[in-house]
Amino acid sequence: MAFYITRRILVAVPTILALIVFSFIIMYLAPGSPFAGERPLPEATLANIEALYGLNRPFYEQVFRYVWNIVVHFDFGPSLVYRDRSVSEIIAQGFPVTLTYGFLSFIVAVSVGVVLGVVAALRQNSWLDYLAVGVSIGAQVLPNFVMAPILVLTFTLWLGWLPGGGWQGGELPYLILPVIALSTSFMASIARITRSSMLEVLNADFIFTVRAKGLPKRRWVLRHALKPAMLPVISYLGPTFVGLITGSVVIDIYFSTGGIGQYFVNAAINRDYSLIMGITILTGTLTVVFNLLVDIAYAWIDPRIRY
Amino acid sequence: MNLIQRTNFEFSARDEDHRSLWQDALIRFRRNRAASASVLVLALIAIYSIFGPTLSGWTTEEIDWSVIGSVETMGKPSGIHYFGTDELGRDLFTRTAIGTRISLIVGLIGALIAVFVGTLYGAIAGYFGGKLDNVMMRFVDVAMSIPYMFVLILMLVVFGRSIVLLFIGIGLVSWLDMARIVRGQTLSIRTREFVENAVVSGVLPFFIILRHIVPNLLGIVIVYATLLVPNIILYESFISFLGLGVQEPNTSLGALISSGSSQMQYGTLWQLAFPLFFFVITLFGFFFAGDGMRDALDPKDRL
Repeated sequence: MAFYITRRILVAVPTILALIVFSFIIMYLAPGSPFAGERPLPEATLANIEALYGLNRPFYEQVFRYVWNIVVHFDFGPSLVYRDRSVSEIIAQGFPVTLTYGFLSFIVAVSVGVVLGVVAALRQNSWLDYLAVGVSIGAQVLPNFVMAPILVLTFTLWLGWLPGGGWQGGELPYLILPVIALSTSFMASIARITRSSMLEVLNADFIFTVRAKGLPKRRWVLRHALKPAMLPVISYLGPTFVGLITGSVVIDIYFSTGGIGQYFVNAAINRDYSLIMGITILTGTLTVVFNLLVDIAYAWIDPRIRY
Repeated sequence: MNLIQRTNFEFSARDEDHRSLWQDALIRFRRNRAASASVLVLALIAIYSIFGPTLSGWTTEEIDWSVIGSVETMGKPSGIHYFGTDELGRDLFTRTAIGTRISLIVGLIGALIAVFVGTLYGAIAGYFGGKLDNVMMRFVDVAMSIPYMFVLILMLVVFGRSIVLLFIGIGLVSWLDMARIVRGQTLSIRTREFVENAVVSGVLPFFIILRHIVPNLLGIVIVYATLLVPNIILYESFISFLGLGVQEPNTSLGALISSGSSQMQYGTLWQLAFPLFFFVITLFGFFFAGDGMRDALDPKDRL
């Protein structure tokens, strides 16, 4: 196990470094300069600015310094559009918001999805099963950017129950719609995966045996069936995480929550390279770390995994 | 000559009671009602996306000045504007058709690129095996663990938001799954006798992959390509919803949904409803058609 974890970490670290270097190379190749305005700057001024940002250094030195600053100081450099703020400050401001509703959405998607899937499998072909299957098929075509307007239309414009945007420090009414919009499609996928793997497990011989031995239902469901049925769900957690973090961009834009997604899109429109790179690297790193944890959890739960 | 003709004749006679794999698949596909209906619906959507602008008589950029200023009342769906107009007085029937067209083209071309890259990559990794396979698939693992949407947007920003780059970029981030599936299949195909036969006969690896392995992968490749199309449409709509994809005066379903949802508090709900309807129907169509193809071409029972 220790060997397996070490090996996975040895893969994860270069992945993150490669991502940082890759984004840097893309930016390096980018045509145009962030300092090119309508009126060209005098030679001397331009040289001074480039020296300030270290742009006159050789390529490998710039790469090294960029990686070094991120890894050691968590410093992504200054934002090119918000002149008085650094990328790290912007991330520090926006990220807690994204993290709050992202984490809640993750919990909702996994818990509701698993419960729905298990109940549907236990009562196969009942109305509940059909409902679960129907919801999971429907939700496939209802991604967050479709859910968000539909929810706002229903709960804000027609019923007037919930605010259609804003954050207010994360008060409950401001959280509900973003979390539902973000989690629905993943909840549905998890329900579908849980249902099919649970059905498979329920037909296995060992479940037949424990049931024949007269174990109470609660016990064989929770202790014997659930654990093996969770394996496909666990391997789906990685994609879920990526989906949530990507979807948070839409949520931030649509509900004006002030999370990093909003900064990301604004940066993309204003060509604020350092901010885009910072957010890309941050989300990439989080994803790699999360996948690492998922892999370790998988190996821990499934002893058949040999490394 | 005579002999050849006779054998040909005999073969075709035998075909009648021994259906080919593809004929079998077609029969299975036709029996699946949801899948057949989806193909029909997709065909209708394609026809609408091609001829819609002609039918309405409006172009995408043309502004109906008579509705401007009171779009809520004058811009309603009517005999002049079948789907109503948007907030700028442009005909929504035309714009939805164009948007659907762009979305379909992105989906198909993106899937084509992904299939091309993924099949070759997976077949090469699977055929040669060993260290090369290890390195190639490790790269896929690494690339899969990165939130590609951010990288794609980063590239779109750096290299300019052109529609061609959008096509290529989406295709290039979608081939990873394909490569994995193809590699797995290739591993089992390469141990079969006809491949051994080709190796012994001295066929070059490149031609073995192209002529003997890839044709045997076609079934599974077609299935996953069909399922890839709706996912790529989703990606594109996502990016266009954020305003980073297709640019005006061109449009796509994602961009239309975005502008429709930003106008809905003014009561012009048709602006959201029509693009959303076509978006949902198109996705459903591809998902069901893909499922039907999987049942037809890949009879191993999967869930």
